[in-house]
Amino acid sequence: MAERKRIDARGAFCPGPLMELIANLKLVDVGDELEVWSSDKGSVKEIPEWVAKVGHEMGETTEHDGYWSVVVRKAK
Amino acid sequence: MGKRILIVGGGLAGTIVANGLCRQLGQELRDGSVSITVLGTSDTHLYQPGLLYVPFGRIRESELFREQRKVLDRRVPYLIDPATNIDLEAKEVTTESGKTLGYDYLVIATGSRIMPQNVPGMAEGAHWFYDLEGARRMRDALDAFEGGKIVVNVNAPHKCPVAPLEITFMLYDYLTAKGLMKKTEITYTYPIGRLHALEPVGEWAQGEMDRLGLKYETFFNTKEVDSKAKTISSEEGTTFDYDLLVTIPPHQGAQVIEDSGLGTGGWVPTDREKLLHDGSTDVFVVGDTTNIPISKAGSTAHFEADTVVDNLSSLITEGRWARNYDGKVFCFVETGMDTGTYVWFNYTTPPNPGPPSQMVHWFKLAYNRLYWLSARGLL
Ligand SMILES: Cc1cc2nc3c(=O)[nH]c(=O)nc-3n(C[C@H](O)[C@H](O)[C@H](O)COP(=O)(O)OP(=O)(O)OC[C@H]3O[C@@H](n4cnc5c(N)ncnc54)[C@H](O)[C@@H]3O)c2cc1C
Repeated sequence: MAERKRIDARGAFCPGPLMELIANLKLVDVGDELEVWSSDKGSVKEIPEWVAKVGHEMGETTEHDGYWSVVVRKAK
Repeated sequence: MGKRILIVGGGLAGTIVANGLCRQLGQELRDGSVSITVLGTSDTHLYQPGLLYVPFGRIRESELFREQRKVLDRRVPYLIDPATNIDLEAKEVTTESGKTLGYDYLVIATGSRIMPQNVPGMAEGAHWFYDLEGARRMRDALDAFEGGKIVVNVNAPHKCPVAPLEITFMLYDYLTAKGLMKKTEITYTYPIGRLHALEPVGEWAQGEMDRLGLKYETFFNTKEVDSKAKTISSEEGTTFDYDLLVTIPPHQGAQVIEDSGLGTGGWVPTDREKLLHDGSTDVFVVGDTTNIPISKAGSTAHFEADTVVDNLSSLITEGRWARNYDGKVFCFVETGMDTGTYVWFNYTTPPNPGPPSQMVHWFKLAYNRLYWLSARGLL
Protein backbone atom coordinates (compact mmCIF):
# COMPACT_ATOMS: atom_id res chain seq x y z
CA MET A 1 0.00 0.00 0.00
CA ALA A 2 1.36 3.40 -0.99
CA GLU A 3 1.76 5.70 1.98
CA ARG A 4 1.77 9.44 2.43
CA LYS A 5 4.17 11.00 4.90
CA ARG A 6 4.11 14.64 5.94
CA ILE A 7 7.23 16.81 6.30
CA ASP A 8 6.60 19.99 8.22
CA ALA A 9 9.39 22.23 6.90
CA ARG A 10 7.74 25.52 7.83
CA GLY A 11 10.29 28.05 9.09
CA ALA A 12 13.12 25.81 7.87
CA PHE A 13 15.72 28.14 6.40
CA CYS A 14 18.48 25.57 6.33
CA PRO A 15 18.56 22.99 4.82
CA GLY A 16 15.07 24.01 3.69
CA PRO A 17 11.96 22.28 2.26
CA LEU A 18 13.46 20.95 -0.99
CA MET A 19 16.48 19.45 0.77
CA GLU A 20 14.15 17.87 3.33
CA LEU A 21 12.13 16.40 0.47
CA ILE A 22 15.23 15.01 -1.23
CA ALA A 23 16.50 13.47 2.02
CA ASN A 24 13.12 11.95 2.87
CA LEU A 25 12.57 10.50 -0.62
CA LYS A 26 15.59 8.29 0.07
CA LEU A 27 13.71 6.71 2.97
CA VAL A 28 10.40 5.81 1.30
CA ASP A 29 9.33 3.28 -1.32
CA VAL A 30 8.53 3.90 -4.99
CA GLY A 31 4.85 4.88 -5.19
CA ASP A 32 4.82 6.52 -1.75
CA GLU A 33 3.91 10.19 -1.43
CA LEU A 34 5.49 12.97 0.57
CA GLU A 35 3.54 16.07 1.51
CA VAL A 36 5.90 18.96 2.19
CA TRP A 37 4.70 21.96 4.19
CA SER A 38 6.64 25.11 3.47
CA SER A 39 6.24 28.71 4.60
CA ASP A 40 8.53 29.79 1.75
CA LYS A 41 6.58 30.58 -1.42
CA GLY A 42 9.77 29.81 -3.39
CA SER A 43 9.16 26.10 -2.68
CA VAL A 44 6.07 26.17 -4.91
CA LYS A 45 8.37 26.86 -7.86
CA GLU A 46 11.53 25.11 -6.73
CA ILE A 47 10.02 21.73 -5.82
CA PRO A 48 8.21 21.14 -9.16
CA GLU A 49 11.31 22.31 -11.03
CA TRP A 50 13.43 19.65 -9.35
CA VAL A 51 10.73 16.97 -9.51
CA ALA A 52 10.48 17.46 -13.29
CA LYS A 53 14.27 17.33 -13.69
CA VAL A 54 14.73 14.15 -11.72
CA GLY A 55 11.60 12.34 -12.89
CA HIS A 56 9.31 11.97 -9.87
CA GLU A 57 5.62 13.00 -10.05
CA MET A 58 3.87 16.06 -8.71
CA GLY A 59 0.61 15.80 -6.79
CA GLU A 60 -1.49 18.75 -5.70
CA THR A 61 -0.14 22.07 -4.39
CA THR A 62 -2.42 23.89 -1.94
CA GLU A 63 -2.17 27.32 -0.36
CA HIS A 64 -3.09 27.40 3.33
CA ASP A 65 -3.01 30.18 5.89
CA GLY A 66 0.66 31.24 5.79
CA TYR A 67 2.08 28.11 4.18
CA TRP A 68 1.86 25.82 1.17
CA SER A 69 1.56 22.06 0.96
CA VAL A 70 3.14 20.30 -2.00
CA VAL A 71 2.64 16.60 -2.71
CA VAL A 72 5.30 14.56 -4.51
CA ARG A 73 5.12 10.90 -5.53
CA LYS A 74 8.32 8.86 -5.68
CA ALA A 75 8.45 7.43 -9.20
CA LYS A 76 11.83 5.68 -9.33
CA MET B 1 15.25 5.55 44.53
CA GLY B 2 16.02 8.95 42.99
CA LYS B 3 15.14 10.05 39.47
CA ARG B 4 17.38 8.35 36.94
CA ILE B 5 18.44 10.39 33.90
CA LEU B 6 20.01 8.29 31.16
CA ILE B 7 21.81 10.00 28.28
CA VAL B 8 22.56 7.85 25.23
CA GLY B 9 25.47 9.36 23.27
CA GLY B 10 28.45 11.24 24.68
CA GLY B 11 29.14 13.51 21.71
CA LEU B 12 28.61 17.23 21.77
CA ALA B 13 24.91 17.34 22.68
CA GLY B 14 25.00 14.49 25.22
CA THR B 15 28.04 15.96 26.96
CA ILE B 16 26.58 19.48 27.18
CA VAL B 17 23.32 18.09 28.57
CA ALA B 18 25.14 16.00 31.20
CA ASN B 19 27.40 18.83 32.33
CA GLY B 20 24.60 21.40 32.30
CA LEU B 21 22.38 19.15 34.43
CA CYS B 22 25.21 18.74 36.93
CA ARG B 23 25.39 22.50 37.32
CA GLN B 24 21.66 22.92 37.82
CA LEU B 25 21.05 19.82 39.94
CA GLY B 26 24.04 19.97 42.29
CA GLN B 27 21.96 19.62 45.43
CA GLU B 28 19.87 16.75 44.04
CA LEU B 29 22.99 14.89 42.93
CA ARG B 30 24.45 15.30 46.41
CA ASP B 31 21.38 14.04 48.25
CA GLY B 32 20.84 11.18 45.82
CA SER B 33 17.43 12.29 44.54
CA VAL B 34 18.86 12.43 41.00
CA SER B 35 21.44 10.35 39.14
CA ILE B 36 22.84 10.95 35.66
CA THR B 37 24.50 8.29 33.50
CA VAL B 38 25.98 8.64 30.01
CA LEU B 39 26.36 5.76 27.56
CA GLY B 40 28.96 6.20 24.82
CA THR B 41 31.03 4.34 22.27
CA SER B 42 34.58 5.49 22.99
CA ASP B 43 36.91 6.77 25.71
CA THR B 44 37.81 9.76 23.53
CA HIS B 45 35.75 12.74 22.41
CA LEU B 46 36.36 13.79 18.81
CA TYR B 47 36.23 17.46 17.85
CA GLN B 48 34.56 16.95 14.46
CA PRO B 49 34.96 20.47 13.00
CA GLY B 50 38.73 19.98 13.29
CA LEU B 51 38.51 17.25 10.63
CA LEU B 52 38.22 20.02 8.03
CA TYR B 53 41.88 20.90 8.58
CA VAL B 54 43.25 17.34 8.46
CA PRO B 55 43.43 16.96 4.64
CA PHE B 56 45.62 20.08 4.50
CA GLY B 57 47.88 18.97 7.32
CA ARG B 58 46.79 22.06 9.23
CA ILE B 59 45.99 20.41 12.54
CA ARG B 60 47.80 17.87 14.66
CA GLU B 61 45.63 14.80 15.11
CA SER B 62 46.17 14.91 18.86
CA GLU B 63 44.36 18.29 18.88
CA LEU B 64 41.20 16.55 17.67
CA PHE B 65 40.78 14.38 20.74
CA ARG B 66 40.23 14.74 24.47
CA GLU B 67 39.58 12.03 27.00
CA GLN B 68 35.81 11.87 27.36
CA ARG B 69 36.23 11.25 31.09
CA LYS B 70 37.88 14.67 31.40
CA VAL B 71 35.31 16.50 29.28
CA LEU B 72 32.45 15.08 31.34
CA ASP B 73 31.62 16.25 34.88
CA ARG B 74 33.18 13.81 37.34
CA ARG B 75 29.80 13.23 39.04
CA VAL B 76 28.49 11.49 35.92
CA PRO B 77 29.27 7.80 35.41
CA TYR B 78 30.34 7.27 31.79
CA LEU B 79 29.91 3.77 30.42
CA ILE B 80 31.70 2.82 27.22
CA ASP B 81 28.95 0.42 26.31
CA PRO B 82 26.90 1.34 23.22
CA ALA B 83 23.13 1.07 23.42
CA THR B 84 21.80 -1.76 21.26
CA ASN B 85 18.11 -1.31 21.98
CA ILE B 86 15.99 1.51 23.36
CA ASP B 87 12.59 0.38 24.65
CA LEU B 88 10.35 3.39 25.32
CA GLU B 89 7.46 1.19 26.58
CA ALA B 90 9.51 -0.59 29.20
CA LYS B 91 11.64 2.54 29.81
CA GLU B 92 14.79 0.50 29.38
CA VAL B 93 17.98 0.66 27.35
CA THR B 94 19.96 -2.49 26.58
CA THR B 95 23.69 -2.28 25.90
CA GLU B 96 26.27 -4.19 23.90
CA SER B 97 27.66 -5.85 27.04
CA GLY B 98 24.18 -7.11 27.91
CA LYS B 99 23.26 -4.61 30.65
CA THR B 100 19.72 -3.30 30.96
CA LEU B 101 19.42 0.23 32.30
CA GLY B 102 16.09 1.67 33.43
CA TYR B 103 15.39 5.41 33.36
CA ASP B 104 12.90 8.02 34.48
CA TYR B 105 14.10 10.50 31.85
CA LEU B 106 15.89 9.50 28.67
CA VAL B 107 17.98 11.83 26.49
CA ILE B 108 18.71 10.51 23.00
CA ALA B 109 21.86 12.15 21.61
CA THR B 110 23.28 9.58 19.21
CA GLY B 111 24.17 12.01 16.42
CA SER B 112 24.46 11.23 12.71
CA ARG B 113 26.98 9.34 10.58
CA ILE B 114 28.12 9.21 6.98
CA MET B 115 26.78 6.45 4.72
CA PRO B 116 28.95 6.38 1.57
CA GLN B 117 27.85 2.76 1.18
CA ASN B 118 24.33 4.02 0.33
CA VAL B 119 25.49 5.28 -3.09
CA PRO B 120 26.84 2.65 -5.54
CA GLY B 121 30.60 3.06 -6.03
CA MET B 122 30.99 5.97 -3.62
CA ALA B 123 32.95 4.14 -0.93
CA GLU B 124 35.41 2.86 -3.54
CA GLY B 125 35.73 5.94 -5.71
CA ALA B 126 35.47 8.93 -3.40
CA HIS B 127 37.39 10.69 -0.67
CA TRP B 128 35.83 12.47 2.29
CA PHE B 129 36.91 14.23 5.46
CA TYR B 130 33.84 13.60 7.65
CA ASP B 131 35.63 10.94 9.67
CA LEU B 132 39.27 10.64 10.68
CA GLU B 133 40.08 7.65 8.50
CA GLY B 134 38.63 9.42 5.46
CA ALA B 135 40.36 12.71 6.27
CA ARG B 136 43.73 10.92 6.49
CA ARG B 137 43.18 9.20 3.15
CA MET B 138 42.19 12.52 1.62
CA ARG B 139 45.37 14.10 2.98
CA ASP B 140 47.41 11.39 1.22
CA ALA B 141 45.43 11.86 -1.99
CA LEU B 142 46.00 15.62 -1.90
CA ASP B 143 49.71 15.11 -1.27
CA ALA B 144 49.89 12.98 -4.40
CA PHE B 145 47.64 15.26 -6.48
CA GLU B 146 49.48 16.96 -9.34
CA GLY B 147 46.60 18.77 -11.02
CA GLY B 148 43.50 17.63 -12.90
CA LYS B 149 39.77 17.56 -12.31
CA ILE B 150 38.44 17.77 -8.77
CA VAL B 151 34.74 17.29 -8.07
CA VAL B 152 33.43 18.38 -4.66
CA ASN B 153 30.15 16.54 -4.38
CA VAL B 154 27.52 17.29 -1.74
CA ASN B 155 24.74 14.87 -0.79
CA ALA B 156 21.57 15.23 1.28
CA PRO B 157 21.18 15.05 4.17
CA HIS B 158 24.49 16.02 5.73
CA LYS B 159 25.69 17.65 8.93
CA CYS B 160 27.50 20.96 9.10
CA PRO B 161 25.95 22.69 6.10
CA VAL B 162 28.97 24.96 5.69
CA ALA B 163 31.77 22.39 5.58
CA PRO B 164 31.25 21.62 1.84
CA LEU B 165 31.83 25.25 0.86
CA GLU B 166 34.68 25.58 3.32
CA ILE B 167 36.52 22.58 1.89
CA THR B 168 36.04 23.95 -1.64
CA PHE B 169 37.54 27.36 -0.89
CA MET B 170 40.28 25.81 1.23
CA LEU B 171 41.14 23.44 -1.64
CA TYR B 172 41.41 26.46 -3.92
CA ASP B 173 43.75 28.28 -1.53
CA TYR B 174 45.80 25.16 -0.86
CA LEU B 175 46.27 24.32 -4.55
CA THR B 176 47.01 27.94 -5.44
CA ALA B 177 49.74 28.05 -2.79
CA LYS B 178 51.17 24.82 -4.20
CA GLY B 179 51.13 26.32 -7.71
CA LEU B 180 48.73 23.62 -8.90
CA MET B 181 45.53 25.63 -9.39
CA LYS B 182 46.61 26.57 -12.95
CA LYS B 183 46.47 22.87 -13.83
CA THR B 184 43.30 22.17 -11.83
CA GLU B 185 39.58 22.47 -12.43
CA ILE B 186 37.30 22.36 -9.40
CA THR B 187 33.60 21.59 -9.86
CA TYR B 188 31.22 21.86 -6.91
CA THR B 189 27.91 19.98 -7.07
CA TYR B 190 24.89 20.66 -4.85
CA PRO B 191 21.54 18.86 -4.49
CA ILE B 192 19.21 21.86 -4.92
CA GLY B 193 18.99 24.81 -7.30
CA ARG B 194 21.61 27.03 -5.66
CA LEU B 195 25.05 26.56 -4.11
CA HIS B 196 23.97 26.49 -0.48
CA ALA B 197 20.74 25.81 1.36
CA LEU B 198 20.79 29.34 2.80
CA GLU B 199 19.99 31.74 -0.02
CA PRO B 200 22.33 34.57 1.00
CA VAL B 201 25.19 32.12 1.55
CA GLY B 202 24.42 30.52 -1.83
CA GLU B 203 24.53 33.90 -3.57
CA TRP B 204 27.75 34.85 -1.87
CA ALA B 205 29.32 31.47 -2.75
CA GLN B 206 28.30 31.82 -6.40
CA GLY B 207 29.94 35.26 -6.60
CA GLU B 208 33.11 33.90 -5.06
CA MET B 209 33.21 30.83 -7.31
CA ASP B 210 32.69 33.01 -10.40
CA ARG B 211 35.48 35.32 -9.24
CA LEU B 212 37.89 32.44 -8.61
CA GLY B 213 36.96 30.51 -11.74
CA LEU B 214 35.47 27.52 -9.92
CA LYS B 215 32.73 25.58 -11.70
CA TYR B 216 29.46 24.45 -10.19
CA GLU B 217 26.47 22.26 -10.95
CA THR B 218 23.17 22.64 -9.10
CA PHE B 219 20.40 20.02 -8.89
CA PHE B 220 22.95 17.23 -8.64
CA ASN B 221 21.92 14.25 -6.50
CA THR B 222 24.40 11.45 -6.81
CA LYS B 223 23.15 8.27 -8.44
CA GLU B 224 26.43 6.42 -8.74
CA VAL B 225 30.19 6.65 -8.85
CA ASP B 226 32.20 4.56 -11.29
CA SER B 227 35.57 4.24 -9.60
CA LYS B 228 37.18 2.53 -12.62
CA ALA B 229 36.05 5.02 -15.26
CA LYS B 230 36.38 7.82 -12.67
CA THR B 231 32.99 9.33 -13.30
CA ILE B 232 30.19 10.50 -11.07
CA SER B 233 26.57 10.68 -12.30
CA SER B 234 23.45 12.31 -10.93
CA GLU B 235 19.81 11.29 -10.72
CA GLU B 236 19.18 14.36 -12.85
CA GLY B 237 21.25 12.91 -15.70
CA THR B 238 24.58 14.77 -15.50
CA THR B 239 27.97 13.00 -15.48
CA PHE B 240 31.40 14.41 -14.59
CA ASP B 241 34.88 12.94 -14.99
CA TYR B 242 37.14 13.32 -12.03
CA ASP B 243 40.74 12.76 -11.02
CA LEU B 244 39.98 13.43 -7.38
CA LEU B 245 36.46 13.08 -6.00
CA VAL B 246 35.76 14.70 -2.65
CA THR B 247 32.32 13.87 -1.35
CA ILE B 248 30.11 14.80 1.55
CA PRO B 249 28.30 11.45 1.73
CA PRO B 250 24.61 11.23 2.61
CA HIS B 251 24.00 10.81 6.34
CA GLN B 252 21.77 8.71 8.55
CA GLY B 253 21.23 8.61 12.29
CA ALA B 254 22.65 5.88 14.54
CA GLN B 255 21.92 2.22 13.88
CA VAL B 256 20.36 1.79 17.34
CA ILE B 257 17.57 4.23 16.41
CA GLU B 258 16.53 2.10 13.41
CA ASP B 259 17.04 -1.15 15.29
CA SER B 260 14.77 0.08 18.10
CA GLY B 261 12.08 1.16 15.62
CA LEU B 262 12.41 4.77 16.76
CA GLY B 263 12.72 6.38 13.34
CA THR B 264 13.44 5.59 9.68
CA GLY B 265 16.97 6.46 8.65
CA GLY B 266 17.90 6.85 12.30
CA TRP B 267 16.05 10.20 12.58
CA VAL B 268 13.85 10.41 15.66
CA PRO B 269 10.47 12.18 15.28
CA THR B 270 10.86 15.16 17.61
CA ASP B 271 8.70 18.10 18.66
CA ARG B 272 10.58 21.08 17.22
CA GLU B 273 9.92 23.33 20.22
CA LYS B 274 9.82 20.97 23.17
CA LEU B 275 12.56 18.65 21.88
CA LEU B 276 10.55 15.73 23.22
CA HIS B 277 10.16 12.52 21.22
CA ASP B 278 6.77 12.90 19.51
CA GLY B 279 4.15 11.62 21.91
CA SER B 280 6.51 11.24 24.91
CA THR B 281 6.79 13.30 28.07
CA ASP B 282 9.99 11.72 29.39
CA VAL B 283 12.15 11.21 26.28
CA PHE B 284 14.19 14.18 25.06
CA VAL B 285 15.95 14.16 21.69
CA VAL B 286 18.85 16.48 21.00
CA GLY B 287 21.45 17.21 18.30
CA ASP B 288 21.84 15.66 14.86
CA THR B 289 19.54 12.71 15.49
CA THR B 290 16.28 14.70 15.60
CA ASN B 291 14.11 14.82 12.49
CA ILE B 292 13.63 18.58 12.94
CA PRO B 293 14.10 20.31 9.56
CA ILE B 294 17.04 22.36 10.74
CA SER B 295 20.83 22.40 10.20
CA LYS B 296 22.62 19.46 11.77
CA ALA B 297 25.39 21.49 13.38
CA GLY B 298 27.33 21.88 16.59
CA SER B 299 25.62 25.17 17.36
CA THR B 300 22.20 23.59 16.89
CA ALA B 301 23.21 20.79 19.25
CA HIS B 302 24.47 23.38 21.72
CA PHE B 303 21.35 25.58 21.73
CA GLU B 304 19.08 22.53 21.86
CA ALA B 305 21.11 21.02 24.70
CA ASP B 306 20.78 24.24 26.75
CA THR B 307 17.01 24.08 26.28
CA VAL B 308 16.88 20.43 27.37
CA VAL B 309 18.98 21.20 30.46
CA ASP B 310 16.63 24.02 31.51
CA ASN B 311 13.50 21.94 30.96
CA LEU B 312 14.73 18.73 32.51
CA SER B 313 16.06 20.42 35.64
CA SER B 314 12.93 22.54 35.96
CA LEU B 315 10.71 19.46 35.59
CA ILE B 316 12.69 17.66 38.29
CA THR B 317 12.95 20.49 40.80
CA GLU B 318 9.70 22.38 40.21
CA GLY B 319 7.52 20.10 38.11
CA ARG B 320 7.13 22.73 35.39
CA TRP B 321 8.22 23.36 31.81
CA ALA B 322 10.83 26.12 31.50
CA ARG B 323 11.03 27.22 27.86
CA ASN B 324 10.75 26.19 24.23
CA TYR B 325 13.55 25.97 21.63
CA ASP B 326 13.30 28.79 19.08
CA GLY B 327 15.23 27.03 16.29
CA LYS B 328 18.40 29.05 16.74
CA VAL B 329 21.41 28.09 14.62
CA PHE B 330 24.71 29.98 14.43
CA CYS B 331 27.57 29.07 12.11
CA PHE B 332 31.03 30.36 11.42
CA VAL B 333 31.96 29.93 7.76
CA GLU B 334 35.59 29.67 6.66
CA THR B 335 35.72 31.51 3.33
CA GLY B 336 39.32 30.62 2.56
CA MET B 337 42.47 29.84 4.50
CA ASP B 338 42.51 33.33 6.10
CA THR B 339 39.01 34.82 6.03
CA GLY B 340 35.67 33.90 7.51
CA THR B 341 32.10 35.02 8.05
CA TYR B 342 29.15 33.96 10.20
CA VAL B 343 25.43 33.51 9.91
CA TRP B 344 22.57 32.94 12.35
CA PHE B 345 18.80 32.38 12.08
CA ASN B 346 15.92 30.74 13.89
CA TYR B 347 12.41 29.50 13.05
CA THR B 348 11.21 33.08 12.48
CA THR B 349 14.32 35.13 11.61
CA PRO B 350 15.86 34.56 8.18
CA PRO B 351 19.64 34.33 7.83
CA ASN B 352 21.78 37.29 6.88
CA PRO B 353 25.54 36.67 6.78
CA GLY B 354 28.03 39.44 7.50
CA PRO B 355 30.85 40.25 5.05
CA PRO B 356 33.86 37.91 5.23
CA SER B 357 36.70 39.23 7.32
CA GLN B 358 39.97 38.04 8.72
CA MET B 359 38.69 38.69 12.21
CA VAL B 360 35.85 36.20 11.88
CA HIS B 361 38.39 33.66 10.66
CA TRP B 362 40.35 34.19 13.86
CA PHE B 363 37.15 33.80 15.84
CA LYS B 364 36.54 30.47 14.20
CA LEU B 365 40.07 29.34 14.94
CA ALA B 366 39.55 30.50 18.52
CA TYR B 367 36.26 28.62 18.59
CA ASN B 368 38.13 25.50 17.55
CA ARG B 369 39.90 25.83 20.90
CA LEU B 370 36.82 27.03 22.81
CA TYR B 371 34.82 23.95 21.80
CA TRP B 372 36.16 22.10 24.78
CA LEU B 373 35.04 24.80 27.20
CA SER B 374 31.65 24.77 25.56
CA ALA B 375 31.32 20.97 25.83
CA ARG B 376 32.33 21.19 29.48
CA GLY B 377 29.59 23.75 29.97
CA LEU B 378 31.89 26.64 30.77
CA LEU B 379 30.72 28.72 27.83
C1 LIG C 1 34.03 17.80 9.13
C2 LIG C 1 32.98 18.39 10.03
C3 LIG C 1 32.99 19.74 10.27
C4 LIG C 1 32.02 20.30 11.10
N1 LIG C 1 32.08 21.64 11.33
C5 LIG C 1 31.16 22.22 12.12
C6 LIG C 1 31.21 23.62 12.37
O1 LIG C 1 32.11 24.33 11.92
N2 LIG C 1 30.23 24.17 13.11
C7 LIG C 1 29.24 23.41 13.64
O2 LIG C 1 28.37 23.98 14.31
N3 LIG C 1 29.17 22.07 13.43
C8 LIG C 1 30.10 21.46 12.69
N4 LIG C 1 30.05 20.10 12.48
C9 LIG C 1 28.88 19.33 12.95
C10 LIG C 1 28.95 18.95 14.42
O3 LIG C 1 30.15 18.28 14.73
C11 LIG C 1 27.76 18.04 14.75
O4 LIG C 1 26.59 18.61 14.26
C12 LIG C 1 27.64 17.82 16.25
O5 LIG C 1 28.72 17.08 16.73
C13 LIG C 1 26.33 17.14 16.61
O6 LIG C 1 26.32 16.77 17.96
P1 LIG C 1 25.59 15.45 18.43
O7 LIG C 1 25.86 15.34 19.88
O8 LIG C 1 24.21 15.42 17.94
O9 LIG C 1 26.35 14.29 17.65
P2 LIG C 1 27.84 13.79 17.87
O10 LIG C 1 28.69 14.88 18.41
O11 LIG C 1 28.23 13.14 16.61
O12 LIG C 1 27.69 12.72 19.02
C14 LIG C 1 26.92 11.56 18.91
C15 LIG C 1 27.54 10.53 19.83
O13 LIG C 1 26.66 9.43 19.99
C16 LIG C 1 27.46 8.27 20.04
N5 LIG C 1 26.64 7.10 19.72
C17 LIG C 1 26.18 6.71 18.52
N6 LIG C 1 25.51 5.56 18.64
C18 LIG C 1 25.52 5.24 19.96
C19 LIG C 1 25.01 4.15 20.72
N7 LIG C 1 24.35 3.14 20.13
N8 LIG C 1 25.21 4.13 22.05
C20 LIG C 1 25.90 5.14 22.66
N9 LIG C 1 26.42 6.18 21.98
C21 LIG C 1 26.23 6.22 20.66
C22 LIG C 1 28.56 8.54 19.03
O14 LIG C 1 29.68 7.72 19.28
C23 LIG C 1 28.85 9.99 19.30
O15 LIG C 1 29.85 10.17 20.26
C24 LIG C 1 31.02 19.48 11.69
C25 LIG C 1 31.04 18.11 11.46
C26 LIG C 1 32.00 17.55 10.65
C27 LIG C 1 32.01 16.07 10.42
